[in-house]
Amino acid sequence: MAEATAKSISKPVKAPAPVGAWRDILNTLTIPVLSIFTALIVSGFIIAFTAPEVLTLLPNFWEHPLDLIATMWHTVTTAYAALLQGAFGDWGAILRGVQTWVATGNETDFLRAARDPFESLVAATPYIFAGLAVAVGFKGGLFNIGGEGQLFAGAIGSAWVGINISGLPWFIHLPLALGAGLLAGAIWGGIAGFLKATRGVNEVINTIMLNYIMFLFTDFLLSERGPMRGSAGAPRTPEIYPSAYLPHLLPDPVRFHWGFFIALGAVFFIYWFLWKTTIGFEIRTVGASPTAAKYAGIAVGRIFVLTMALSGSLAGMAGANELLGLNHYMVAAFSPGYGFDAIALALLGKSNPFGVLAAALLFGTLRNGATRMQSIASVPVDIISVMQALIIAFIAAPEIVRWIYRLRAPAQKEREVFARGWGG
Amino acid sequence: MPPILELRGITKRFPGVLANDHIDLTLNQGEIHALLGENGAGKTTLMNVLYGLYHPDEGEIIVRGKPIKITGPRDAIAQGIGMVHQHFMLIPVFTVTENVMLGDESITNGIVLDRKKVAREIRELSTRYGLEVNPDLYIKDLSVGIQQRVEIIKLLYRKADILILDEPTAVLTPQEVDDLFQVLRNLKEHGNSIIFITHKLREVLALADRITVLRLGKVIGTTEPSKTNSAELARMMVGRSVILSVEKAPAKPQGVVLKVENLVVRDERHNIAVNDVSFEVRAGEVLGIAGVQGNGQTELVQALTGLRRVESGRVTILGHDTTHATPRQLFELDVAHVPEDRQQDGLVLNFPVEDNLVLNEYYRPPFAKGIVMNFEAIERAAAERVQEFDVRTPSIFVKTANLSGGNQQKVIVAREFSGPIKLLIASQPTRGLDVGSIEYIHKRIIEKRDEGTAVLLVSNELDEIMSLSDRIAVMFKGKIIDTVNAEETTKEALGLLMAGVHGEEQSVTPPSMTPEEKALMQNGIA
Repeated sequence: MAEATAKSISKPVKAPAPVGAWRDILNTLTIPVLSIFTALIVSGFIIAFTAPEVLTLLPNFWEHPLDLIATMWHTVTTAYAALLQGAFGDWGAILRGVQTWVATGNETDFLRAARDPFESLVAATPYIFAGLAVAVGFKGGLFNIGGEGQLFAGAIGSAWVGINISGLPWFIHLPLALGAGLLAGAIWGGIAGFLKATRGVNEVINTIMLNYIMFLFTDFLLSERGPMRGSAGAPRTPEIYPSAYLPHLLPDPVRFHWGFFIALGAVFFIYWFLWKTTIGFEIRTVGASPTAAKYAGIAVGRIFVLTMALSGSLAGMAGANELLGLNHYMVAAFSPGYGFDAIALALLGKSNPFGVLAAALLFGTLRNGATRMQSIASVPVDIISVMQALIIAFIAAPEIVRWIYRLRAPAQKEREVFARGWGG
Repeated sequence: MPPILELRGITKRFPGVLANDHIDLTLNQGEIHALLGENGAGKTTLMNVLYGLYHPDEGEIIVRGKPIKITGPRDAIAQGIGMVHQHFMLIPVFTVTENVMLGDESITNGIVLDRKKVAREIRELSTRYGLEVNPDLYIKDLSVGIQQRVEIIKLLYRKADILILDEPTAVLTPQEVDDLFQVLRNLKEHGNSIIFITHKLREVLALADRITVLRLGKVIGTTEPSKTNSAELARMMVGRSVILSVEKAPAKPQGVVLKVENLVVRDERHNIAVNDVSFEVRAGEVLGIAGVQGNGQTELVQALTGLRRVESGRVTILGHDTTHATPRQLFELDVAHVPEDRQQDGLVLNFPVEDNLVLNEYYRPPFAKGIVMNFEAIERAAAERVQEFDVRTPSIFVKTANLSGGNQQKVIVAREFSGPIKLLIASQPTRGLDVGSIEYIHKRIIEKRDEGTAVLLVSNELDEIMSLSDRIAVMFKGKIIDTVNAEETTKEALGLLMAGVHGEEQSVTPPSMTPEEKALMQNGIA
C-alpha cells in the first residue's frame, strides 16, 4: 500500500485540472452576478413606480394597460441609460473630443467628455480602501464596523499634517500626510483590537462605539473655536498646503488623481501580505480557527490588535485619499458612509482583495452614474442605496437567487465563514 | 414473515467517490441488525439515504412491503423510520419535553404549547421501555447517556418502530453501554426493529441478531453471531488478515524528561480539575494516564501544553521550567502534542493539507525567511510527510476538511512526529478512527518510544492504554490514585481504580483467548 501512495504522490499534484478550475470560477461568480442582475431588475421596478409619469397613469391601468407598460419601460430605460452614461461616459463625445484635441490642440471638449468615466474611478477609490479594510478584518475573524470612524481619523490625521506643516517639498509632505492618515486609522482600529485581545470585548460593539467617539471628536475639532477650524465662517478646516495634494493626472474638470493607483497598490500589497507572509498566515489562521492558532503557537491577542490596526489603517487611507485628492480641506460630513458600504463590498468580494476591487469598481461606477441619472432622468440618487442593499440581501441569502433562477445548490459546498460570529 | 424494511440496489455517488455500490439490505421485524464497517465504508451514507437526507442515484426502498420514495426526514418519520445520529441533535438550553416535541408540537387553544401532555407521554414511554428520563430537566444538565435516551424517546414519541442508531456507543462509558444494550433489547421485545451502525466488533457479537459488513461501499456479506467470530468479521471489514501486533520490546527507560510536581489547575467553571498531581516520564517509556472522561485529564494536558493556566505547582522538561510556557516555547523544546480535539485544536479544516502539515513550523527556516514564506519548501516537506505517513489524500492542496477522520489524524501525526521530539503528549490519539489508522498510529507511538522519546499517553480507551503503556497512572477526580506497571495489572483492577476504588487488587484470570483475538482486543476493536 505504501508503494501505491508513493507512485501517486511522487510530485505534488496541483489542484484540479483547468476544466475544473473554470467551473469553480463560474460557480463562484454565478451568485454575485445574478444578484446584481436581479437587484437591477427590482430597482427598475422601483424606479418605474416612483416616477411621476407612471404614477399618474396607474388609476387608468385597466383601460390602457399598454400605455402604462410603455411608460414604465421608457422611464426605466432612460434612467439606466443615464446611469450608464454617467458611469462610463458618452464615448461618442469622448472620441469627438479626442479628434478636436488632435486637430486644434484644445483639450477642453475631451476633458469634459472624459470626466464621467474617470469620475467613476475616483468614486471607486475610497471604496477600494474601505472594502479592503473590512475584508482584512474578516480574514482575521473580526467584524470591523468601525471603518467610518477610522476613515474620519485618517482624514483628520492627514489634514493636520497638510495644514500645520509647511515649507516641505511635495515628495516629503505628501507621504507624510498619507502616513499620518494611515497611522491615525491604525491607532483607531488598534484600540478595538486591543480591547478584544485584553478584555475579550466583542469588536462589533466597540468599533461602533468608537465610531461615535470619532464623529463627535471631529465635530469638536471643527466647531466654533475648535482647534482645527478654519477662518471661513463654516465648520471646516483651512485648506491644506498644495505640497500635500495628491496630484491629479489630468486638468480640470477631470478629477482623477493618484489615489486610485495607491489603492491598486494596496490591493496587491494586501494580497501579498495575507497569502505570502508569515504574519498574514497567522492572521488567516486566527480567522479560520482561533483555537488551532493558539495550539500552533500563534499569539492570538497580538494578532487581533495587528489585524484591527491593519484594517484601520486601510480605512484611514480612504479618508486621507478623499481629503488629499479631492477637497483639500475637511468638513464634518465628508463621507457618504463609505465605511458602512464597505461591509457590503467585502461580502460581495468574498473578502478577497481582487474581489473587493471588482466590487468597489462596481459600486463606485454605480454611485457616479447615479448623479447623472438624477440630473438627466430625475431619479433620486438614493436608488443606488436601494440597489446596493438589494445586492447585499441577495448575496447574503443566495437561496433566493437560486430559487428565482431554479439553480441547484452546489453539492456539499463549504459555506463561507465571514466572521467568527457575535461571540468573538 | 416478509422483512419490514428492504433496501435494494442502493447506489449513491459523490464527486470522486462511489459511497454506496448497489447495496442490498433487509431488516426483519423485531430484529437487531448490525451494520458493520470501517470509517468511510459507506454505512452512514446508506442510513442517510434511508432517512431522506440524501437521494439515492439508483435503487429502491421498500417499507412494509410497499416501495416508497423518501425525500426527507419527514417522509422517513411518516413511514415509522427514526434515526439517532452520532452527533446528537438536541438543544442544550431546552428541556427534555421541549426537545422531544420540537417540530411536532402539541397545541392547546390554537397557539399554546401543551407541555404537560407531552411530558405525560414521555413518562409513559419511559416506563414502558425502561428509558428513565425526567422530562423537566435541561439537556445541558444531562449526561451523554441520558441525552441519548432523549434522542430515542424522540423517535418513539413520533411512533417510529424502525430505529437507526449511528455509532451509539462512541460517546458512552462502559456502564452506559450496558444500559443502552438493555434498552435496545427491551425495544426489541416490544416489536421494534433496529439497525445499529458500528465498527466495534465486540458489541456486534454481543447484541446483534444479524450482521451485515460493508467495505468500500459494497456489501461483503451478511451473517449471524453464532456463525462467525471477531477475527472473521475483522477480515471482512478490512479485506486482509488483521495481524495487529503491537508487540513491543520491553521499555528501556533512561533519564527523566517530564517532571510534574504538585500541579493544580482549574477548569472553565473555576473548579479545581487537577488536584496536586505529580509524576515523571522518562525517555524511552510510555506513561499512560487512564481514567473515565472528565476526571481532569483534559485540563492536565492543556496545562502541560501551554493552553491553560497553571495555578500552582511546577512542570519541568529536561531541566527547563515550563510551568507557564507558551505552546511555541514548548515546540521549540521539541515537545510534540497530538491534541484531544483534532478538528478544533489540531487542524485548520478550511486550510489545505500542506498548510496543516507545517502548522507549528511555518514561521522559521526553511519554511520562511524573515516574514516571507517559502512555499516550495512547504510543498516539498508536505509531500514527503504525506508519503511517509501514508496520508490518503488526492493532493496536498485539498482542504483538510475533505479528508476522513483517520487521515486528518494522520496529518496531525505526520506534523508532530516529524523531526527530533523529546516528549510526546498524545491525547485520545485514536478516538473515532478505523482499524487501519489505529494500528498505524499505535505502531508509530511505539517506534518513537523505542527511539528514546518520552511518551505521555492520555486515553479513555482502556485497551489502548494497556496495549501501549509501560506504566499506567489512573486519574480520578483530579488526583492520581495509583501508578502501576502495565504488565502487573489487569483490566479489572484498572477498572476499579478508574471508579475510585483503590488499594484493592482482585486477580481475575481472563477467559482464554486466541492470540489473534487478544491482539484485536488490545486494539480497541473487539
